[in-house]
Amino acid sequence: MGNMKLNLKIWRQNGSNDKGSIKDYPVNDVSEDMSFLEMLDVLNDDLVRKGEDPIAFDHDCREGICGMCSLFINGRPHGPERHITTCQLHMRKFKDGDTIYVEPWRAEAFPVVKDLVVDRGAFDRIQAAGGFVSVNTMGNLVDANAMPVRKADADKAFDAAACIGCGACVAACPNGSAMLFVSAKVSQYALLPQGRPEARERALNMVQQMDAEKFGNCSNIGACEIECPKDISLENIARLNREYLGATLSRE
Amino acid sequence: MARTALFGSSLVKKYWMALTGLFLITFLVVHAGVNAMIFWNDGGVTFNMVAHFFGTNIFIRTMEIVLFLGLIAHVVDGLMLWRQNRAARPVKYAMEKGSASRSWYSASMGILGTLILLFLIVHLWHFWVKSRGIVGSLDELPLDPEGQENLFALMVQTFENPIVVVIYVLGCFSLFWHLLHGFKSAFQSLGLNHKRYNPIIAAFGVVFSIIVPTLFALMPVSMYFGWIQ
Amino acid sequence: MSTLDSKIPPGPIDKKWTDHKGHIRIVAPSNKRRIDIIVVGTGLAGGAAAASLAEMGYNVKAFCFQDSARRAHSIAAQGGINAAKNYQNDGDSTYRLFYDTVKGGDYRSREANVYRLAEVSANIIDQCVAQGVPFARDYGGLLDNRSFGGVQVSRTFYARGQTGQQLLLGAYSALMRQVGKGTVQMFDRHEMLDVVVVDGKARGIIARNLITGEIERHGAHAVLLCTGGYGNVFFLSTNAMGSNVTAAWKAHKRGAYFGNPCYTQIHPTCIPVSGTHQSKLTLMSESLRNDGRIWVPKNIEDAKAIREGKKKGSDIPEADRDYYLERRYPAFGNLVPRDVASRAAKERCDAGFGVNKTGEAVYLDFSAAIQRYGKQQANMQKVENASPEQIRELGTAVVSEKYGNLFDMYENIVGEDPYKHAMKIYPAVHYTMGGLWVDYNLQTTVPGLFCLGEANFSDHGANRLGASALMQGLADGYFVIPYTVGDYLADDIRTGPIDTMRPEFDAAEKEQKDRIHHFLNNKGTKPVDDFHRRLGKVMWDKCGMARNAQGLQEAIVEIRRIREEFWKYVRVPGTANEFNQELEKAGRVADFIELGELMCMDALNRNESCGGHFREESQELDGPQQGEAKRDDENYAYVAAWEWLGEAGKANLHKEHLEFNEVKLTQRSYK
Repeated sequence: MGNMKLNLKIWRQNGSNDKGSIKDYPVNDVSEDMSFLEMLDVLNDDLVRKGEDPIAFDHDCREGICGMCSLFINGRPHGPERHITTCQLHMRKFKDGDTIYVEPWRAEAFPVVKDLVVDRGAFDRIQAAGGFVSVNTMGNLVDANAMPVRKADADKAFDAAACIGCGACVAACPNGSAMLFVSAKVSQYALLPQGRPEARERALNMVQQMDAEKFGNCSNIGACEIECPKDISLENIARLNREYLGATLSRE
Repeated sequence: MARTALFGSSLVKKYWMALTGLFLITFLVVHAGVNAMIFWNDGGVTFNMVAHFFGTNIFIRTMEIVLFLGLIAHVVDGLMLWRQNRAARPVKYAMEKGSASRSWYSASMGILGTLILLFLIVHLWHFWVKSRGIVGSLDELPLDPEGQENLFALMVQTFENPIVVVIYVLGCFSLFWHLLHGFKSAFQSLGLNHKRYNPIIAAFGVVFSIIVPTLFALMPVSMYFGWIQ
Repeated sequence: MSTLDSKIPPGPIDKKWTDHKGHIRIVAPSNKRRIDIIVVGTGLAGGAAAASLAEMGYNVKAFCFQDSARRAHSIAAQGGINAAKNYQNDGDSTYRLFYDTVKGGDYRSREANVYRLAEVSANIIDQCVAQGVPFARDYGGLLDNRSFGGVQVSRTFYARGQTGQQLLLGAYSALMRQVGKGTVQMFDRHEMLDVVVVDGKARGIIARNLITGEIERHGAHAVLLCTGGYGNVFFLSTNAMGSNVTAAWKAHKRGAYFGNPCYTQIHPTCIPVSGTHQSKLTLMSESLRNDGRIWVPKNIEDAKAIREGKKKGSDIPEADRDYYLERRYPAFGNLVPRDVASRAAKERCDAGFGVNKTGEAVYLDFSAAIQRYGKQQANMQKVENASPEQIRELGTAVVSEKYGNLFDMYENIVGEDPYKHAMKIYPAVHYTMGGLWVDYNLQTTVPGLFCLGEANFSDHGANRLGASALMQGLADGYFVIPYTVGDYLADDIRTGPIDTMRPEFDAAEKEQKDRIHHFLNNKGTKPVDDFHRRLGKVMWDKCGMARNAQGLQEAIVEIRRIREEFWKYVRVPGTANEFNQELEKAGRVADFIELGELMCMDALNRNESCGGHFREESQELDGPQQGEAKRDDENYAYVAAWEWLGEAGKANLHKEHLEFNEVKLTQRSYK
């Protein structure tokens, strides 16, 4: 069934304290129907049989929605195709004889755990700093339809909420900036009436945490938008800029 | 307002970058406007007149200080951003295909800015220090036919040297790329992004980035080739 | 024989929950601070529970094996969430949602639980909207609804095709808010390996830090398992790669009974297996069956030619196509419930009519819909004498508008344009209705050990309706457990912190360390996946869409062999004290193998067909329903709750007899 031969150049790093390096893995019999991760599964299966250490990489749903898979493939986050995650990338997009570089996300805020696995806990901490509406669980909230939301706003909020938190934006940004991620969350809530009351504090707190995590600064390059598997728009970053400016100027 | 809110966060740095950038852009308009007077081709009479007015007007002289402060803020802020951005990506990719997702100049604002700064130093040395009498003075040059201080003559003299002309043209190129990203980037940083107006801002940015540096570059070139005398 | 007390409150069904809430004990705010609760799993049920309990004042520790709580597999649910809001004024009500769910579950669920679920469903929508979940809205700004299989009203709320994601992110944001406040301690990349039972009560867990490999002890006054389903026992399923049964299975081994393990939902529209490298299966939303027509060739020669690549689906003339769902079920056609559609596909493929290389695929064809929409558009746009190409183009645009993202996903995975060639689909394991047995309070048979969401057995009987899984997860987490856990914890306000240095913790920790030691020093030759694949094949072939006594008996023998060989020949590289994904898999597969055997035992015991469980021996032999599933209410109207007897393959059956006071038992008919 397999018909492609590939030369993989994969980043190996045994734990966060190891220096790490690129190692060569020639693979044969790659079927074009395989997903990229299945190709790595087959390689790992082979490594285990040979008594070698398999390559660690993050993955879970393999449907492009959980945001767990990462991988910087041939110089681009989630590989050469647009609007898909690594798990949705299939080998038919490569040619027999190709050399493929596979590296982890690179950012100070995303330290390598092992091989291709990085720690994206910074995103959770940013979320915990303000990425929510302060509402407790209650059995007697107002009816969901008591407050209509303009469809255009609801749709835009959804576009922003589609973010899967994979970190491709950070990986793609030469500055290692997390603005697309943060702005998507701020935008989702800023656009909905339920999120408006704390919109200013949210923008201030999330940005403060973002800076504390040592992400770089946004310089409006736009690579994040191009590489985002969920097509999150730069418009969100502008919205965060507005929200934050308003919040800073009106702060007492 | 807390001090950290003014200077601390990444976003505030970007606001300063955008505001100082837009301020410097307005200066470019004035500067290009004044210098374009040489294209009257009247032996520099008009140009010298306007230059004299600008050189002696108290408001303009005050703004010159603000301009320097703005420039320094833009440079210092830029350097801080550059340093932080480098630190945010300490390990580089072995293989990175940046061309797939970004223009080279948008990711090279620091380098372009540095080139412009180097050019500025040369440029200030050529003209500003002399016109302000800090090192040397315009008095060394003959007055123009109308009996005015002859800054025009200094230009003609400076641009006799082909190396200087090349440096100026390269400086204008750096400015072109810097503006091409910087112009619309400033709007985005200030949150001015709207589907309807984005194309207008973008188009205006491109036109501006072409016209202003071209105008500047034409000055040394036309003087060198003697199109203006 | 039975020791099960479901603790269903007395009174009329629509008053039970309200009365129960009013009468159970609660813990005073000042005392909640003295009580620790462990929540394992951060999906809809776990995330919602952890957030809600922390808001109430308990000290919560939340665990997930993923790198972030936001990645739990609830995120992959596409279609929507049901709620009896009656916004469409189409006659929906709590009772109707209750009735549909009991009927859809083929009368194998507990009435009181289902009624409560329907009752709190409306609150869920209010809660999620307040959290900022961006549900779909109409132009008036109000919430939109769509219809789903098996019901006659529009009660499904949705957020494009990513409803699960949006609901989970809502729960996750509530959870992160508590993490920020310090009321929840979050342990991501941690896998629970065992429950610790002290004096008959669940008092903590043993967990492995997946990054450092450290085995940790965590004590608490109550433990909540919200760890999802076990579909991955089949190796190939629509579950996430990491979805596993370990937490529930270890709880089972510590005394929690396992309810109805054989109830598995097979979803009819998934992308077929493409080769031996396959790691998981991808669901194509049920909504596609609104416009797609399912067929195979009428003539077996045509099917053979297609499999050999000599013919294409488009070569088969209309007259030679067998739209078997429309033929067999004229009333519901392509929109019969999931279990029925899946079995019909299997029947055709088993008979030799499959249309891909493996013979396990049927067509889901949109050409008729493209024609229909195309003509409609041509009329609307006043295109005179539209050419066939024009009609195709116009129709394709409409289909793309409705299902574009699904078509793109299909093309990515299969590499074939589904607008031009009919999609190929086949059923795949999707959801497990079975799970840990729980009483009305969601407590397992181990006091202090609770189980929520897909991990428990409770609300869906033998078959789950579309858009009900999200409803159950959030109902359990937001609106049931916050009340019922208090009743149990009221006794614990003077207990004080749980001492994790007790011998029970020592013993549990040692057991896990020994097991890890065994894996790493086994000197085997075969990777973990080898065994998982073999297990999956046995389960799929013999305990899948159709089951019979002989096959199940064979399966039990085969699974035992796989278990023996697994422990003898498995090779796990690396060490214990590092990030070691093969070691994680080994532990999970060991538990799947034991579970697989219990599933076969349960399927063997249940000599009737109901919902997702189809016993070939129990079908209608004649009459208009010939070949359809046949329930045996007289002998099997019970929940099978299995008690672990110390080793794999030995289990004691307890029966919770199901009483139906509100709903009359009838045969489901879709003819």
